[in-house]
Amino acid sequence: MSLSRENWISLALLALLLAIPYAAINFGNPFYVTLATRMAILGLAAVGLNVALGLGGLVSFGHAAFFGVGGYIAGIMASHAMSMQPLNFGLFALPASNQMLAIWIVAMLVAGVLAAAIGAISLRTSGVYFIMITLAFAQMTFYFAISWPAYGGEDGLSILVRNQFPGVNTMVPINYFLICFGVLVVALILFALIKNSRFGAALQAARQNEVRVASVGIAPFRIRLVAFIVSGMITALAGALYADLNRFVSPSMLSWHMSGELIVLIILGGVGRLAGPLAGAMLFVMFEFLLGGLTERWQFFLGLLLLGVVLFARGGLIGLVAGRQRHG
Amino acid sequence: MAEPVLDIRDLRKTFGALKATDGVSLDLRPGEIHALIGPNGAGKSTLIHQIAGTLKPDAGEVRFLGQTVNQLGVAERARMGLGRSFQVSSLATEFSALRNVMLAVQSKQGSSFRFFKPVMRDKSLTEPAMAALERVGLKDRAHVPAAELSHGERRQLEIAIALALDSKAFLLDEPMAGMGPEGSRQLTGFLDGLRHEAPILLVEHDMDAVFALADRISVLVYGRIIASGSVDDIRNNPEVRRAYLGDME
Amino acid sequence: MQTALFIEQLLNGLQLGVMLFLMAAGLTLIFGVMGLINLAHGSLYMVGAFACAIVAAQTGSFWLGLVASLAAAAAAGAIIEILVIRRLYQRDHLDQVLATFALILIFSEGTRWLFGSFPLYLDIPPLLQGTVPLPGGSRYQLYRLAIIGVGALVAIGLYLLITRTRLGMRIRAGESDREMIGALGVDIRTLYTVVFALGAALAGLAGAMVGALQSVQVGMGEPALILAFVVIVIGGIGSIKGALVGALLVGVVDTMGRFLLPQLFGLFMNASQAGIVGGALASMLIYIVMAVVLAVRPQGLFPAAKG
Repeated sequence: MSLSRENWISLALLALLLAIPYAAINFGNPFYVTLATRMAILGLAAVGLNVALGLGGLVSFGHAAFFGVGGYIAGIMASHAMSMQPLNFGLFALPASNQMLAIWIVAMLVAGVLAAAIGAISLRTSGVYFIMITLAFAQMTFYFAISWPAYGGEDGLSILVRNQFPGVNTMVPINYFLICFGVLVVALILFALIKNSRFGAALQAARQNEVRVASVGIAPFRIRLVAFIVSGMITALAGALYADLNRFVSPSMLSWHMSGELIVLIILGGVGRLAGPLAGAMLFVMFEFLLGGLTERWQFFLGLLLLGVVLFARGGLIGLVAGRQRHG
Repeated sequence: MAEPVLDIRDLRKTFGALKATDGVSLDLRPGEIHALIGPNGAGKSTLIHQIAGTLKPDAGEVRFLGQTVNQLGVAERARMGLGRSFQVSSLATEFSALRNVMLAVQSKQGSSFRFFKPVMRDKSLTEPAMAALERVGLKDRAHVPAAELSHGERRQLEIAIALALDSKAFLLDEPMAGMGPEGSRQLTGFLDGLRHEAPILLVEHDMDAVFALADRISVLVYGRIIASGSVDDIRNNPEVRRAYLGDME
Repeated sequence: MQTALFIEQLLNGLQLGVMLFLMAAGLTLIFGVMGLINLAHGSLYMVGAFACAIVAAQTGSFWLGLVASLAAAAAAGAIIEILVIRRLYQRDHLDQVLATFALILIFSEGTRWLFGSFPLYLDIPPLLQGTVPLPGGSRYQLYRLAIIGVGALVAIGLYLLITRTRLGMRIRAGESDREMIGALGVDIRTLYTVVFALGAALAGLAGAMVGALQSVQVGMGEPALILAFVVIVIGGIGSIKGALVGALLVGVVDTMGRFLLPQLFGLFMNASQAGIVGGALASMLIYIVMAVVLAVRPQGLFPAAKG
């Protein structure tokens, strides 16, 4: 089996990402482990968004909703597990857990339901309507989080002890990095499979020409809705990991700014490309770290960079390295 | 006489004051090519849209394979076997010709909700798609992105897609438009044989092709069918000559 | 007392609606004529507020500040239109979103750089500092009434501009047929710059007027921007009339929801709980209204002629 240039780039990026924390530990600078973990998690969130945005052409400006919901599920489950209170859903109650695997499943399920609801309404529209509506619904979750005091309201919610993973001490930074890295690898494989599958073919074709897809007998709405749900679930998983990394979750994870950043990650890397989100996330975190060390106003320069990429380098980083993308 | 495959009964559609479709009835029977002609603005496109399902008629009925399809969307009608080519070709332009046809094969096979098996290694998709391309003479161009195909090749590709759907009826909207004389001649020969697989409702401006191919011709003017009959009937119909053919000769 | 409070809240809702109309009118005009989604519209609102606060602080005159806010926002709008935005008209919505998101980052951080992170304060001008009596015995801020009045004037002015003037004729032509307007010999580049600057000036005016009610700070534009999006999604993108109806609806529903819902829940739960549940629901109310409108009319209440 031969690998395409793009897959080689993905492997090289993953190898580079894996090397960062080990190099950091060797050089006695463990802070970089956290930086690499951030890259992995933001990369994962962007892989999720890339299913909707890259493959489906669905410009969701509301993925922070899923990212934040994932984060809040991690925080809420942790706090309930800590105080030994079951999660009360009114009609029934579930025991809370501080096991990451359980948290991930709950986070993805809740985000999946939310994505189904938001998607069912917003996918009836397209273009700018879709952008504005996804943005508005994400803002709704943001205001809800602020106005609901049970889980910290505006102040957010701390996770006192990082949630647990079978057989691993998650408080050791490198261990936690490896967990996140593993999830990222699984998500990338999943993305590659979806992209080349029948579902992926229908989804990408619907982006290129909706009428064509309908006139061969495939209803674009259902394809897009499923893509939106899968996309939201992956991004929620990243949110749960992000909350555990920071051991803190706040409404800022739900903010429109977060949604914008997720899109930016993909654009910096390259839309619809397998490695685009990871490349973008690595570039973004590095940029934030290096420039953030030089000036408090680093976002000003991020804005200039982004403007330059949009106006003059539309293929993103992967586009510059791997050339234009071709489909079979 | 055999049951019509496609049967349109008293279809009406108005846009404001404009009666775009004004009580149109026509049918398509097995084995025939039924040509629909008429001057620009006669309402041919509006009629095609209502048959395909992109527009809802105000009144009347579209029956396909013996059942009314008024309530069905574009995708559902296509799944029943209504194959279609567009006036301005409509393709997934980044995809290769082959992948465009594979999309139709995958739709015909049933579910698009399969997430893991790579399509390019799925012979149940690639082989029928390649066969359809071969029939329209595009086999050598199978791996070229649709965006890079010539105008005539895109027309052929649309027909290959309709073939791959195993259509029970073809709805071809000006398939000859923009083709050179050689291309038109080849396509005419191809459509001549195709009618035995499934009947064709052919909207076409190329009168040579229409007179060579059509079993029946209906003439649409201002949203109404003013005449319908054999090639000779239509050629000799004075009203048609006045309304339409007159200015062509 | 309850009636007076009710009227007061209703007026507050109208005032919010008017402010949203000023934002939404520009957004929807720019979308209608140029087909562009502009996230940086909130930044122009902020520019207006800062210009007003700074000029008012220097000169001591709110009114000069108000003039400055219009001028600064229009100038900022014209500059970004010429430098950036006009390269985006032919691009897809994703590029438009990203480039204007980049502009937000540049505007926000640039403003912080120039004026620091502390909020500025803008006083209500002495002429409008008083209150007027309301039926039921309470009193209402004159300034807020003035905002409502300005909004009504702008709505009438826009209506006259679009239906009665040459510029308005060109705008309408641009909305229905971009090629025709080129064929008419109208300099389309200048027209676009003018429309963009006009939309920017309206946003700047809104920012300046609200600046005297709240504080003037970086980031003030985005919540207003997102509400304006809700407004035009409800009203129908590209429709000024839709923007007006949508803005008043959103302003009143949001304000009255925050006022009434906690009381409503207070009928069957204790006060603090009712405050929480009612408050949380009220914070989501306009989005729920938006969802309902979309479920019934996906193109909004007043869909513009083209998609």
